[in-house]
Amino acid sequence: MESNTQKLIHSFSALADLGQEIADSGDFIEMVRTSLHLLLGTIGIRRGAVVECLIHREETNTLALWGLGEDYQATLTVHEEDRAAFLGLTEGALRIDADVEGDEQPLSAFLSRHRDELRAQEIELVVPTVVRGAVTGLVLLGRKATDEPFTSEDIEVIRAMVRHIGVGIHTHRLLGEIKQRAEENERLYQDLRAIYRDTVRAFAAAIDVKDTYTQGHSERVGKYSEIIAQEMGWGENEVEGIAIAGYLHDIGKLAVERKIINAPYRIDAKESSELNRHPAAGFDILSPIHHPYADIPLMAKYHHERLDGRGYPDGLTDTQIPIGAKIVSLADSFDAMTTDRPYKTRRAFDSVIHDLRANTGKQFDVQVVAAFCRALLKELTGETKERKFLKMLGKNYLDAEKDAPLLRELLNELDPNTQAAAAVG
Amino acid sequence: MSEPLTSNVRSHIVGTTAVVYASDYLNKLTGERIERECKKQLDSGCRTLVIDFSDTGIVNSIAVSILLGIIDIAEKREARVVFSDVNDQTIQLFEMLGVIKHVVLAKDEQEALNLFTPPTQTQAMSH
Repeated sequence: MESNTQKLIHSFSALADLGQEIADSGDFIEMVRTSLHLLLGTIGIRRGAVVECLIHREETNTLALWGLGEDYQATLTVHEEDRAAFLGLTEGALRIDADVEGDEQPLSAFLSRHRDELRAQEIELVVPTVVRGAVTGLVLLGRKATDEPFTSEDIEVIRAMVRHIGVGIHTHRLLGEIKQRAEENERLYQDLRAIYRDTVRAFAAAIDVKDTYTQGHSERVGKYSEIIAQEMGWGENEVEGIAIAGYLHDIGKLAVERKIINAPYRIDAKESSELNRHPAAGFDILSPIHHPYADIPLMAKYHHERLDGRGYPDGLTDTQIPIGAKIVSLADSFDAMTTDRPYKTRRAFDSVIHDLRANTGKQFDVQVVAAFCRALLKELTGETKERKFLKMLGKNYLDAEKDAPLLRELLNELDPNTQAAAAVG
Repeated sequence: MSEPLTSNVRSHIVGTTAVVYASDYLNKLTGERIERECKKQLDSGCRTLVIDFSDTGIVNSIAVSILLGIIDIAEKREARVVFSDVNDQTIQLFEMLGVIKHVVLAKDEQEALNLFTPPTQTQAMSH
């Protein structure tokens, strides 16, 4: 085969390999290393290196080298005027030992700084990687294995391959920037979520301040709801959402007269009707807000609905009530039963269990009650080290020895086959 | 026939000469295997590397670069490199790229061994 034809086929094949390498490789450094190998092997060059020009800096970073001293680290600097000069190279490559010297030599400043270092490494040719009119790096090439000078054809092939390498470097940088921006966005998003949570807590505190007797109620309902949803196996985001719904479930009370909320007696029918407006009022307050979690306004609206249809505001029945509202409903009722109110002191735990037993299936959803009981039982038996219930209920309210059997018994009644067994692991 | 990914490079030693067998398709993967094997043999004191191409049909660009690297390493350690049983197409490629200037070519492994090994030792060798 004629030498030129063979050379052409060899170069063409190498270019195809290089394109594939740059497109396929997931490992940037390995991609650069392989690309350098391909370039060296295509022309028959014994040594070389690829350095990248750091963004907004004059320093360079060695990405790959071959045949140079094992400890060699290029210490090249590329100034702004060097970049412009590299872009203007007639041949597209800088011959270190070209005949033209001094100020006539393109990049004379660059060469005066680095010629000795490059000669020491037997580098003969410096080719800039240029992408979109910017120098992103330099490819340093030693002498050809034939010991012949680089021909213009060699340089054409080298430039074509170096363009590919430049695209690889540029793509890597773009991906790095995208990754960095995605991380920044994630941080901003987390900050916003934290601000949102803090705002919701502040709202919950504002709601509870209006009700002298139920301070901390909204926060506790949020926490009980969170515990139940976790026990039901909800995802992290959904659990966070139900906690928020718990915090905000009584926000409609802001629209109810303070004297009705704080009445130190059983309120009459008219006052009761006024108080019962709060779920719908809460829905009206929460609906215009774009919450990061689904259905928060609905959970507030329906937290007083009952499975038997005797709840309010809409008298929904079992399957019509969103599961989140069922959870908030139980959390709300449990906190109401276990905290002192203006007209009654809190109930003993066995009385609470009695209430749950009596109202499961009528007021409360069986799965929600079961999850609640399991979570509480896990704390009482020490299966979990969490002390969420105990913190909210006070350390003297529950008695593990007495109350754990009550929970087991209720669980067995709710689902004799699985509940108690599940609760004890 | 491709070499399995996990396979080692076939090689043997005669005196201070290591014979390393190149695979049918010499590319990055198989080239790096040969490179590792050659370095290992040089580290263990071999003064001549014979790389046998009798199974080799094609050598790609990366492999050329790797072979140039092996030559470089051998030169730095004052060791010789012999390529044996190289096919015509690969010889043309090596000539075009100047590889041939830095190695000795031998018709086959036996000739390569005869170049640097006393006759009694090569006769004792079995392959």
